[in-house]
Amino acid sequence: MPALSWWTNVAEPGVLPSAPTRAPQEAPPLAEPRRRRNWVPYALLLPGLLWLVVFFVLPMITLGSQSLQEGNVDDGYVFTGNVGIYVEAFKQYWPQMVRSIIYAGSATVLALLLGYPLAYFIAQKAGRWKNVVLVLVVAPFFTSFLIRTLAWRTILSDDWFITQWARKLHITDLLQAVGLTNNDSLLFSQFAVIMGLTYNFLPFMILPLYTSLERLDPRLLEAAGDLYASPWQTFRKVTWPLSLPGVVAGTLLTFIPAAGDFINARLLGNTQTTMLGSVIDAQFLRVLDYPLAAALSFIMLLTIVTMVTIYVRKAGTEELL
Amino acid sequence: MGWIRRHLVAFAALAVLVYMLVPNIVVAVFSFNEPKGKFNYNFNEFSTAAWTNPCGTQGICESLGLSLRIGVIASITAAVLGSMIAFALGRYRFRGRSATNLLIFMPMATPEVVMGSSLLTLFLALGVPSGEGAILIAHIMFCVSFVVVAVKARVATLDPKLEEAAADLGANPTQTFLRVTLPLAAPGIAAGALLAFSLSFDDYIITNFNASPSSITFPMFVWGATARGVPVQVYVIGTVMFLLALLFVVTGQVVGKRRNRQVA
Repeated sequence: MPALSWWTNVAEPGVLPSAPTRAPQEAPPLAEPRRRRNWVPYALLLPGLLWLVVFFVLPMITLGSQSLQEGNVDDGYVFTGNVGIYVEAFKQYWPQMVRSIIYAGSATVLALLLGYPLAYFIAQKAGRWKNVVLVLVVAPFFTSFLIRTLAWRTILSDDWFITQWARKLHITDLLQAVGLTNNDSLLFSQFAVIMGLTYNFLPFMILPLYTSLERLDPRLLEAAGDLYASPWQTFRKVTWPLSLPGVVAGTLLTFIPAAGDFINARLLGNTQTTMLGSVIDAQFLRVLDYPLAAALSFIMLLTIVTMVTIYVRKAGTEELL
Repeated sequence: MGWIRRHLVAFAALAVLVYMLVPNIVVAVFSFNEPKGKFNYNFNEFSTAAWTNPCGTQGICESLGLSLRIGVIASITAAVLGSMIAFALGRYRFRGRSATNLLIFMPMATPEVVMGSSLLTLFLALGVPSGEGAILIAHIMFCVSFVVVAVKARVATLDPKLEEAAADLGANPTQTFLRVTLPLAAPGIAAGALLAFSLSFDDYIITNFNASPSSITFPMFVWGATARGVPVQVYVIGTVMFLLALLFVVTGQVVGKRRNRQVA
């Protein structure tokens, strides 16, 4: 299915270069006739890579440099190597940093729990409905993210049946007891923010999972059953290990954008659910404290790179064991 | 009970699918609403007013036009740059391959807030004015990687023997590329460009860092409207986008199937 393959292929080896799940496979290069034209690949790479170097790599350097400058917008900035700004940033905004990681982590776990059955169903059970369901998974992705998030304001509003039923079934009381909501409403709470993040990044989880699960040979599952494995054992020993590349890719593609997102926190949350992305946005564009904003942004980048590296290493060794 | 147990996965899958589609249905339903106050959150009265007058709110169609223009330019540019990289990765052996792969992967693994704010610091340092040009630069940057992924996947499935056959039959490298490689890779390029367009059209976070008051894109218009009440026209445009996306994806599938049958 060419129209859908672009997304599922994010899970391909070689696209996630740090994922140790498989050695990168490369297309067989054409050996002899092309070797004489050695400059061709470099000519093909040059414009695109130059664009990425100038507008992606270079900005990371100016971001780091901006964080170590002192001054103000009117008089300009001077580089002073003021590392203290990082201490200041941590002191002031550690709750938002911790919150971002917890919200994004919860959304990632929820997306995995929700996405796995759907991905498994599409890959193994859907039969001739496969393409239809895949289209339905991808289509919302093409509609504006903001408009769909706004729709949740309607769905979770006090007047709608979901909140009404949740009140009748005492789910609102339960959520309030565990601190996910502040009153007997569902909207404008931690619950709504985590729900929104899960919703928004679910396709990023499902498509890599689908790619892994589609490659799963059903005969392996039958063999496990023939050898007296219970359905749970079959899942634990066969399905889950074979789907790990998809799990790693899916969790990364969900966690990273969710950790940086602030649209869900602003549209579905309250003043107590502010995430780090929101602080960076406000410091840059409204407070105009560029060094502090740049330091926060740099901290987010380093935190995520560190967490992703540890995670990929760990997921890799677990699979090897 | 046994029947339910046997189809447990199907029920779970259906429930998740409903969760994913409910907001789209709500958007479609509320595009026919005549809201009581300025907030379109409760269904008041059926009306087709917004559908017959989609530009009825000030600034909405200007922002839509700007987003479409940026989306088209950014996706075409990203498709060209990304396809060139994908051909290099898929068809040639060269030094620096893993560094190239890493550079392609990084923008997909960086939070949008970081990309947007870091670009802002670059533009501040260089004195580049914010506005449409800055937005275009940013959009092309984050779209290129996705095009590379899409086109590379397609190129990897192509049989190099087809190109060798063309060369054996006397085609020069340019002819081989234009008549064999490019047509075969076209579905991947189209999918990549379509994805790039939708990413560009939908982006709020990065755009917001590089926009000026005279370059309000559609997502920025929607964001600005959330505080003072979202006009029903926004829901109309959301519904049209959803239907167009369905149409595009379904058409792509049908065309793809027909092409595959022809090849077979």
